[in-house]
Amino acid sequence: MSARPRLGYDGVVVNLPVTIPYARYSTHSAHWWLGRALGELIRGSGLAKRDVDGVCVSSFTLGPDTAVGLMQHLGMSPRWLDHIPMGGASGVVALRRAARAVQAGDAEVIACIAGDTNQVDSFRNTVSQFSRFAQDAVYPYGAGGPNASFALLTDYYMQHYGATREDFGKLCVAQRDNALKNPHALMKKPLTLAQYLAARSITDPIHLFDCVMPCAGAEGYLVMTEDRARALKLPFTRIRSTIERHNAFPEDPIQFRGGWAMDKDDLYAHAGTGPEEIDFLETYDDYPVINMMQFEDLGFCAKGEAATFVREHSFTLDGSFPFNTSGGQLSVGQAGAAGGYLGFVQAVRQLTGTAGATQLAKARLGMVSGFGMINYDRGLCSGAAILERGQV
Amino acid sequence: MTAPLATPKKKNPVQRTRLATLPPGARSRSALGLTRAAAEGRFELQVCADCATVQYPPREVCGHCLSEQLDWQTVDNHGELIATTTLRHSNDLYFRERLPWRVGTVKMAAGPVVVAHVHEDCAASGTVRLTLKLDRSGQAVLHALPEQDTPNMNDAAQLRESTCDPKHRRVLVTDGKSAMGIAVARAMLDAGAAAVFLGDPTPWKTVAAYDTLIEDERVQPVDLDVTDTDSVDRLAASIGGKVDLLVNTASYLRGNPGEGGILGRKDVILARDAMEVNVLGLMRLAQAFGPGMRFRAADGTNHAVAWVNILSIHALAPLPARGAWSASMAAALSAALTLRAELAGTGVRVVNIFPGPIDEEWEQLTPPPKLSPAAVAKAIIHALKDGVEDVYVGDIAEEIRARLRENHKAVERELGQ
Repeated sequence: MSARPRLGYDGVVVNLPVTIPYARYSTHSAHWWLGRALGELIRGSGLAKRDVDGVCVSSFTLGPDTAVGLMQHLGMSPRWLDHIPMGGASGVVALRRAARAVQAGDAEVIACIAGDTNQVDSFRNTVSQFSRFAQDAVYPYGAGGPNASFALLTDYYMQHYGATREDFGKLCVAQRDNALKNPHALMKKPLTLAQYLAARSITDPIHLFDCVMPCAGAEGYLVMTEDRARALKLPFTRIRSTIERHNAFPEDPIQFRGGWAMDKDDLYAHAGTGPEEIDFLETYDDYPVINMMQFEDLGFCAKGEAATFVREHSFTLDGSFPFNTSGGQLSVGQAGAAGGYLGFVQAVRQLTGTAGATQLAKARLGMVSGFGMINYDRGLCSGAAILERGQV
Repeated sequence: MTAPLATPKKKNPVQRTRLATLPPGARSRSALGLTRAAAEGRFELQVCADCATVQYPPREVCGHCLSEQLDWQTVDNHGELIATTTLRHSNDLYFRERLPWRVGTVKMAAGPVVVAHVHEDCAASGTVRLTLKLDRSGQAVLHALPEQDTPNMNDAAQLRESTCDPKHRRVLVTDGKSAMGIAVARAMLDAGAAAVFLGDPTPWKTVAAYDTLIEDERVQPVDLDVTDTDSVDRLAASIGGKVDLLVNTASYLRGNPGEGGILGRKDVILARDAMEVNVLGLMRLAQAFGPGMRFRAADGTNHAVAWVNILSIHALAPLPARGAWSASMAAALSAALTLRAELAGTGVRVVNIFPGPIDEEWEQLTPPPKLSPAAVAKAIIHALKDGVEDVYVGDIAEEIRARLRENHKAVERELGQ
């Protein structure tokens, strides 16, 4: 770990959580979804388009364009631009990049947006060209997507730590319960544990309700100075601490932990807080086993004890450990790279008191974690942020 | 344990023939190193010349020390199976038609962690043997096999997707009257072939071994002269829809060493005759039988699976003493590689056999070692069961192959002496 102290994020805030309602399939392109997110951010902030002088983009289906082409498409002339291809870690990583840019004065207001379309063949095309290692060493083995990779590490996790399908099911059921209060969630029907357990197997031990549903959608938020937020009269969220890590623990034969385990002490120390102070947690939940790893690796319970932790808590909005309060990707849908923003945007909602029917009674300190990019056999990018309700 | 493969039922003529689909075949250029090893049945991964780290998936630079000196080397193929899954769903057409499909994570003793197809006889955890085999796309894939062979293990459906086992298949042996043709036909019957169509290019000539063979009820004699387009077409019209495996044993070698070069003669009669059989014969067969095999490349458990060419190591390095014939072998190899590319789209494999000199009448004056036709036939059966596509048979072929890699100029100079 670096001996030099890290700067805090004083005076930099996050606000204006925006979700463009998801659709199972879309005939539009990613540009449409990203453009709508940016439009919502600009209109919602009361700023002029030219006042948004920084943009950070994440998308899988924007090709052949990058963030650069998108700027011409949207008629933007930012003086700061980033493109973050980190899938489920994009929301946290975009914040890290944008916050430092605002802090340093390289930009005044940065729009962080993530979005993807989902045309009928989009998912198949995305996974077949996802990475070189996947092309060479995973795709020829039949998976045609991340199901098999996650099935293997779920199998390993269950064997080694004694987690059961009932444990995974409890999380999925609780998330669905939360999702029923979220108008953006694509899943509108309640889910029972019996239904979860009776679902068909997709790739043992992964069953239907362990999988997210690919869809189209976009998410976004703004990063600006606290002074600017106050001037605009926008409720805001402070940034207490953030971490990111890539390709953590390459010596592990199979993924049973993520990069959070390397950095969580730094995360809490930098924030001057601990897991017991966190009011709610938004994780990246493409499969329930990854939720379990995040409970452990972010210090909410010891390694291997997530199953016990799951048995002790309810995970619903009114429960003992509010978790994935939007319903998560498992119940809202996975809108490509926007899936990496979903938890982040929901956390900003909770901390700005704009979460509607999903609003928690107590939401002062929230944690968001991200996880992305199954490049070969494991997810490579991890990140987390501790956010705090700002006073307006 | 794997159940023995059931005898395929007679084809229902009313049912549509299922067309071939292929597993994903795209690979990076580095990953084609795996394909090179699998094509010859070797197990090789990249090893860093500087720090000895074994790499997987294939890389451009060492994942440990960043050296660019990565050499393909044979490495320990054992490992521990640490996780398995059975796919019951796939977005890929090929796998979708073949579910359920078992894959797993193997921690290799040599270091890397690999995702592999897992044989049904492997326990859920424990030691496995990894092999590199070509799949129907023609690219290498890893199969995890039980540490020890199990009964009928080659009959497992997943493994059969990488092999071309003759079991229950119908085989056309194009020249059944040559010593090679007879040896191949016998080996195919011993390997469980359902039927052998035994080509007869010379109905006027009696060959005792041929007459003995055709007494077997599984053997059907057929007239076939590969130099005669009508003869080839007639046979294809008759049995083209039933050939699952084709072994081209038609071969032309005449003259004694030293008489067959280029300057040793004042005509090209020998050269033309060699080309007529060895090259144009192959092309005629390909044009007549290729389309039918392509169409039947996924037609049940005994679908069309492989095309075997018996060439010579001198297809790669000419023997000037038999220069015209060597030229015909080189041309035949070139045609075979085109055929391989043309059949690749359906997964029918072209297997090229490169033997050294064979112990037959026109090699009488060639000094030993010479290969018996039975040894070549055995190598063919092994190649089909193991799923390789390039086979160098015998000491001479293996030596020339190795020396071509070392210094092809040395081979050129020395064969000319």
